[in-house]
Amino acid sequence: MTALWAAVLAGAAGCYAIKLAGLSLPARVLRNPRVERAGALLPIALLAALVATQTVTTGQRLALDARAAGLAVAVVAVLLRAPFLVVVAVAAGSAALLRLL
Amino acid sequence: MTSRRGDPPGPAAPSSDRAAVVRDALAVGVATGTYGLSFGALSTAAGLTVAQTCALSLLMFTGASQFAFVGLVGAGGGAVAGALTAVLLGVRNGLYGLQLSRVLGVRGPRRLLAAHVVIDESAAMAQGRSSPALARTGFWTAGLAVFVLWNLATAVGAWGARSLASPQALGLDVAASAAFLALLAPRMRGREAWAVAVAAALVAVAATPFTPAGVPVLLAALVTGAAVARRPGPAAPPPEPAER
Repeated sequence: MTALWAAVLAGAAGCYAIKLAGLSLPARVLRNPRVERAGALLPIALLAALVATQTVTTGQRLALDARAAGLAVAVVAVLLRAPFLVVVAVAAGSAALLRLL
Repeated sequence: MTSRRGDPPGPAAPSSDRAAVVRDALAVGVATGTYGLSFGALSTAAGLTVAQTCALSLLMFTGASQFAFVGLVGAGGGAVAGALTAVLLGVRNGLYGLQLSRVLGVRGPRRLLAAHVVIDESAAMAQGRSSPALARTGFWTAGLAVFVLWNLATAVGAWGARSLASPQALGLDVAASAAFLALLAPRMRGREAWAVAVAAALVAVAATPFTPAGVPVLLAALVTGAAVARRPGPAAPPPEPAER
């Protein structure tokens, strides 16, 4: 089994274990406001970090290229409340167009 | 709806309410299914096989985690960093489960099945319903509809994109960023959300030259810990009158 397959299965097992723990633990865990806030903020931190690194870094270098322009178009699409697939498509399309020019 | 053992008591829902919940939940399933197409395409463009892509949708089955996994692997990040980030993003599903467990009232094998479909969409479709029966209808309809359509769409997207010669020429590298942005946008409510997002983005970019790929995103998760530790949270909301 390759390392990638192992990561797929381990990641899936971890995600399922968390879902099952949520349904199995007593609900009073949620009464802790710190738990609740951390739960709301954690995906924000991770997703923001993913947006930033996937847009302006290549490997271990910072790089400003067509991806930044594509993301700017995606921001506009999000502000216009475009559906998910449209946001992704216009971002990819504008980056591709820029690379053609 | 026949009442199962252990269901919390509640007024029976009129069938028109139930039909409306089912309709909403199915619409969410269709909308989510369509972005399974982009997940499938991105995943194979990132270098995963069609089988690995489909395994993620079948077994991991939580969109943001799957996008993060393939995004990090595609960017040259280690598979371990990809899996860790995916699990951290999955933590919110655990919190949904805590909120859902009482209203769902599932035990044994049914709980094992319910756990798999605890995701953003099913949790949202259970919330704010006038009765536990309607909440359960929303949860199960959305969860199962998303599961079926997400997996079908993943397979179609993965299969369609598997032979793309140059994902970059098609802008598929920015598609991942756009996907993360679209997942992030609905969560950006309040000053604290913005502060955490900006700080996390800065930490991740600043750490990039000095750490292996994938690690900057994990470091950014620490921003959450700092934000929660810095200031005690708001007082817990008073229990709802309907609670026991």
